[in-house]
Amino acid sequence: MLHVSPQSTSAAIAKGEVLLNVENVSLRFGGVKAISDVSFDIRKGEVRAIIGPNGAGKTSMLNCINGFYFPQEGHITYKGVRRQKVRPHEAASSGIARTFQNVALFKGMSTLDNIMTGRLLKMKRGFLWQCLHWGPAQAEEIAHRETVERVIDFLEIQAIRKTPVGRLPYGLQKRVELGRALAAEPELLLLDEPMAGMNLEEKEDMCRFILDVNQQFGTTIALIEHDMGVVMDLSDRVVVLEYGRKIADGTPDVVKADQKVIDAYLGVAH
Amino acid sequence: MAQSATEKLDTFPKLLRRNAAVRGSNTAFRHKDLGIWQSWTWAEVYEIVRAYAVGMKALGLVRGDKVAIVGANRPKLYWSMMAAQVLGAVPVPVYSDAIADELAYVLDHAEVRFAAVQDQEQVDKLLSVSERVPRLKTMLYDWGRGLRDYDHTHLHPIEAVIAQGRARLSEGPDVGAALDAEIDGGTGDDLSIILYTSGTTGRSKGVMLTAGRSIAAATDTVAFDHLSDRDEVLAYLPLAWVGDHYLNFAQGLVAGFCTACPESADTAQADLKEIGPTFYFAPPRVFENLLTRVMIRMEDAGSLKRRMFHHYIAVAKQWGEKILNGQEVPLSARLSYGLGNLLVYAPLKNALGFSKVRTAYTAGEAIGPELFSFYRSLGMNLKQLYGQTEAFLYVTAQPDGQIRADTVGPATPNVEIRIEDGTGEVLYKSPGQFIGYFKDAEKTAETMTPDGFVRTGDAGFFEVGTGHLKIIDRAKDVSKLKSGDLFAPKYIENRLKFYPNIKEVVAFGQGEEFVTVFINIDLTAVGNWAERNNVVYGSYQELAGHPDVYSIITAHVDAVNAQLATEPAMAAAQIRRFLILHKELDADDGELTRTQKVRRGFVGERYAPLVKALYDGSSEADISTEVTFEDGRKGVISARVKVKDATLFPATSTTGKAA
Repeated sequence: MLHVSPQSTSAAIAKGEVLLNVENVSLRFGGVKAISDVSFDIRKGEVRAIIGPNGAGKTSMLNCINGFYFPQEGHITYKGVRRQKVRPHEAASSGIARTFQNVALFKGMSTLDNIMTGRLLKMKRGFLWQCLHWGPAQAEEIAHRETVERVIDFLEIQAIRKTPVGRLPYGLQKRVELGRALAAEPELLLLDEPMAGMNLEEKEDMCRFILDVNQQFGTTIALIEHDMGVVMDLSDRVVVLEYGRKIADGTPDVVKADQKVIDAYLGVAH
Repeated sequence: MAQSATEKLDTFPKLLRRNAAVRGSNTAFRHKDLGIWQSWTWAEVYEIVRAYAVGMKALGLVRGDKVAIVGANRPKLYWSMMAAQVLGAVPVPVYSDAIADELAYVLDHAEVRFAAVQDQEQVDKLLSVSERVPRLKTMLYDWGRGLRDYDHTHLHPIEAVIAQGRARLSEGPDVGAALDAEIDGGTGDDLSIILYTSGTTGRSKGVMLTAGRSIAAATDTVAFDHLSDRDEVLAYLPLAWVGDHYLNFAQGLVAGFCTACPESADTAQADLKEIGPTFYFAPPRVFENLLTRVMIRMEDAGSLKRRMFHHYIAVAKQWGEKILNGQEVPLSARLSYGLGNLLVYAPLKNALGFSKVRTAYTAGEAIGPELFSFYRSLGMNLKQLYGQTEAFLYVTAQPDGQIRADTVGPATPNVEIRIEDGTGEVLYKSPGQFIGYFKDAEKTAETMTPDGFVRTGDAGFFEVGTGHLKIIDRAKDVSKLKSGDLFAPKYIENRLKFYPNIKEVVAFGQGEEFVTVFINIDLTAVGNWAERNNVVYGSYQELAGHPDVYSIITAHVDAVNAQLATEPAMAAAQIRRFLILHKELDADDGELTRTQKVRRGFVGERYAPLVKALYDGSSEADISTEVTFEDGRKGVISARVKVKDATLFPATSTTGKAA
């Protein structure tokens, strides 16, 4: 089992309370409105799905949450701190980790090294110490390595520990990317299309890992996914976007039955 | 703890206690966990198993209960077997990749009340069939991921059971004394384990083995191969298979050697390299895959390395086996081989994890002579054995110095073998042999003769002069030619299939004057030859009918005939005529089983005009067959197939006796 580091458990937010609140957020690129006036919340311990057709603003929304984009209007409250601008490293050090739609790993580095990069923000020793790789720096690395090994064990990727990531099949690369996010021991995990391009078996494995992360470590998860079967099975609540606007929000059953969602996204069975 | 080392060691718990007392500080188990090898000494294992047994007893396990073991090779599952045996309960290891339906049958048939399993996957599988296994009440698991929210009334982590047992043991000496009494109460006649056969022919049967016989068998082979407590094995074979239970569990406890468990099934190859076992077993398929990988990687190496590799492999081929067998070899060859060892063989063996292997075995199917000598020429002591679950493994094994690719060796010590007249079936009486199939007296009676011999179902014969056993085929497939001579189709087919150019063979001859075969060429190997020799072909059919291909195959058939001629039992079954089929045999057309075995009878009917041509002396025949394409559409292939005569050789005997 992963150790949950003290600073993340010390947060006074109990399961079921609002962990992250998005209030009236709008995002523009020049004249293009990517997100307009969207509000929703993510509660501690839940699996929250964001769905919608292509170009609906789902990834932009994740980018706002982890500080990659700055919304022109609105606020994002995370763990009780309300701000308009979050910077990516602030988001990361306050417990938000993410994976990307197109796998963003270091192709020439091994699985182990890639996952070790997820621990970077938690390394306290400076550059010189790290270069010396002796004494406290070594002790620190061993401790981090242990966490990483637990992640490797958890995701069952022991066999590819030393394999350069570029040589791995796509499904495994996605798993390594999840591993890197998990190594940061996040409180909020943002997953951008974790199952895209996977076959059925890989999808089933990934679902199992996502559920286990959620149940075992209590990690809150926000995910974007197009596979409706996966979304409806995994998530506790779903928010639906279309052309940058929120058109529905609720439990999978509610959303599935919503006429606007059917028209915009799900379509009807003919 | 231990009372005395001189008592009768007729059960595995007594052996464990002996090992803890005699070599307590030696490493007994290793397991790679979180990337680091963890180890436990015999004393530690004994302490854990005792605590585990007390914990299991508290959960209600009693003498005679059956405990299912489901999962990969992990120390805690081996300890589950040991702890169950301490209490006189019977472990029933089950193939962990078995589908739920098969699992339900075995668990219900074995009447298991407890199960020790690896992880959530196995827990889910068992829960899904729980209504079909009403007796199964308690489940213990090794790895808790994903199981936190399960109902834990009847589900316990193994770790917690051990901790509970430990707490009880510390309460007072009574608990420990009661446990010692349990161990002392066990006798050699107790059921030690039930191993279910894999069930390729009908439902699985539960093979009952007793403690005393198991230990007697293992003691013999430990002495035969000089195994000691300094040896080490990597346990990667399925727990439910007799090979793992015998080679690792039983021999491990008898000899006191160390059993290393891989990190996961996928890492076994890398773990093998890290552990460097001294005793190794693998089926021929594994050795073949390894060789293919080596050859492919050598093709990618630089030209200097590649030339060095090929030069020294040629040297090894010429002298390696002779040196290994201790034969006379010129000094120059010895020097050349020594240099090759420094430059090629030792690094190669290191890369494969075979550096420290003293004894390696292969068994299960026929191994190609080329493949077999490749490993032996590198200086690896690879040998063959023949055995089965009912014998508790060994029936025959090759002693050091008498190694051959085409025999399985003479009977192992204390094993008696008899060849039944008429059928040629091999019968044996072995120290480890089973006492019967669990709840199946009828099958037991079919398998055991009244005078205590066990039928193997395999036909074979002893080679004249050496006393080595040769297994030729399943007894039910062996038949007679019209002349009354033995006809073993599989034996002939395998001989031909050892040639890389030949992919599949179907032999005919039952009740006929002589033997004939259908041959499928191997498109990769023959296609490669065609490319190098500028032979142009448009399809499999065209290549198969090419006159040059026919001459290559004729040479192979003649060579096999020459080998058969040297074996008195087989000389009459030389191949007189053959043809190369115009299409590859395919499972989609029903010609092969899904496991790629030829369905001889079906092929014979489907290609009846060709079989007729083989026997009526015609030099070609027309055939049209319906084929199924991969998308399910049907089509017809027509061809004119040539029939060729092969060279026959007069029967000679290897011992030089006049034929």
